[in-house]
Amino acid sequence: MVSFILRRLGLMVVILFIVSVIIFSLVNVLPGDPALLKLGQEASPEAVEKLRIEMGLNDPLYVQYFNWISNVIQGDLGRSYIDNTAVTEILKQKIPVTLQLTVISFFVAILIALPAGIISASRKGTLWDYSSTLFALSGVSIPPFFLGILLIFIFSIGLGWFPPSGYTPFWQDPMRSLMLMILPAITVGIRLSAELTRMLRSSLLEVLQSEYIRTGYAKGLREKGVIFKHALRNAMIPVITVSGLQVGSFLGGAVITETIFAVPGLGQLVVNSILTRDFPVVQGAVMFMAFAVVFINFTVDMLYSVLDPRIKLSGGAK
Amino acid sequence: MAQLQEATIKEVKVQSPRATMYMGMLKRFLQNKLAVVAGFFIVLLIGSALFAPAVAPYDPGAQDYTKIMNSPSAEHWMGTDEIGRDIFSRVIFGARVSLQAGLISVAIALGVGIPVGLIAGYYRGFLDEIIMRITDALLSFPSLVLALALAAVLGAGLENAMIAIGIVLTPNFIRLVRAEVLAHREREYVEAAKASGLRDWRVILVHIFPNTLAPMMVQATLAIASAIISEASLSYLGLGTQPPTPSWGAMLSAGQGYLADAPWIAIAPGIFIFLTVISINLFGDGVRDMLDPKLK
Repeated sequence: MVSFILRRLGLMVVILFIVSVIIFSLVNVLPGDPALLKLGQEASPEAVEKLRIEMGLNDPLYVQYFNWISNVIQGDLGRSYIDNTAVTEILKQKIPVTLQLTVISFFVAILIALPAGIISASRKGTLWDYSSTLFALSGVSIPPFFLGILLIFIFSIGLGWFPPSGYTPFWQDPMRSLMLMILPAITVGIRLSAELTRMLRSSLLEVLQSEYIRTGYAKGLREKGVIFKHALRNAMIPVITVSGLQVGSFLGGAVITETIFAVPGLGQLVVNSILTRDFPVVQGAVMFMAFAVVFINFTVDMLYSVLDPRIKLSGGAK
Repeated sequence: MAQLQEATIKEVKVQSPRATMYMGMLKRFLQNKLAVVAGFFIVLLIGSALFAPAVAPYDPGAQDYTKIMNSPSAEHWMGTDEIGRDIFSRVIFGARVSLQAGLISVAIALGVGIPVGLIAGYYRGFLDEIIMRITDALLSFPSLVLALALAAVLGAGLENAMIAIGIVLTPNFIRLVRAEVLAHREREYVEAAKASGLRDWRVILVHIFPNTLAPMMVQATLAIASAIISEASLSYLGLGTQPPTPSWGAMLSAGQGYLADAPWIAIAPGIFIFLTVISINLFGDGVRDMLDPKLK
């Protein structure tokens, strides 16, 4: 167990290092001179050159990378070119917003996927099963920006049930905050719910054919008891894994969704900072997202082996 | 007697294993009605995109200020947009962009992913470790975020968006091809090929590579769907296809501001993206079942 964890940790450090190199390289080949961007187009060449030296932009790339990563490790992600705010401060404001959206989206996904997957598997070949399969296929195929726009059109403009866009912090006005989050959460959550429905269906179908389930029926247990007490527990293992591995697509979905619904989270921050060429913010936000995915994948790996003791820990992941 | 011989020969021809295999595959595909309908829609869409100038009733860029935001009618099947352009014509021309983006991005990903995956899986060792760790790192980025960052580096535009999406899709193909190579490299026929003195590149290309084709075709089909969504997303955010070229994502983005007064501006391209993506997914599922019914 210890050697497995150490191996996975080592692997994680290597991946994080490569991620940081990719982010650093990406931002450093972006067109435009950071010093000029910071000072503005009117700045004199002397002032730009002075700032380039101050910012270390004339140093070789590996020196720049080393300086940058040393600061990152100490929690200093630099300052925004736009308003000189510390990137960590900006992230501190944005992360809770995206976290709120992610948590509600996850609940939406589970709320849809659990009944849809269970009904689909237990009523295989019926209209319920076909409807749920069609839902899953549509959920995977609908682009988030189209779904978001459709939801605004139907539920905000048409029925007037929810506000079309905006954000209110939960602690300020919990009810309004939830009302504003429901449509974005459905937009992000529907894809995961579709994937989970498909996964839960096939996993449950497999478990339902096991001998211990037949034994359960033979003992005279009712269908409800067999599914909820015995089958679902085992069928949920791959479902939990899939949920964890979907964090990346959740964050990707948040980028578009936050833009459509004007939610001031990490996704909107990434889009805006890319459009305004605010390099330190792009670096900080993208790095946070990638690190979050790596950490969650690691945690899911660990959880997976705890949940299913049949998985041998010594094998390592390839 | 001669007739009998001819009949026997014909029979043998009909029942040759390869022909039987292809017939079986075709039969399996045709049994999947949804995949057939999806395939028909894709063919129709490709035809419309190829012959867009003949199919579209109007010039997609032609503005008619007397017909601003007209609702769908016999004259304009999907209505007109905020500057009086015919939406149906723009959707047809937009299909060119989407299909082009889907196909070229996946071609880029295949072009890089196949050789790298073959080399990593065949030679293993340190090179494989390095390739796989870079692949893991690339897969750690939310795909749209990486595509956005790359598109920003390369500059806005369809060509750069296709390169960005191609790069984002590449790690999936590297992993898939490598996994297939690993599954085949220890088999007897590969050992035999090596023992007969064939060079590595010949063993890889002639003996291993053909075995990776079936799963790769399925993956490539599904990747086209995801590339179309990515291009539309980039265009929606302003980093993909630039105006005045009609693209579904940019049309949706422009139409969002007029949802209350002219919902058709955004909804028409949205429906086409959805139909295209769902058709490709259904078609991909059909191809998968056709190539390997066990995977169903």
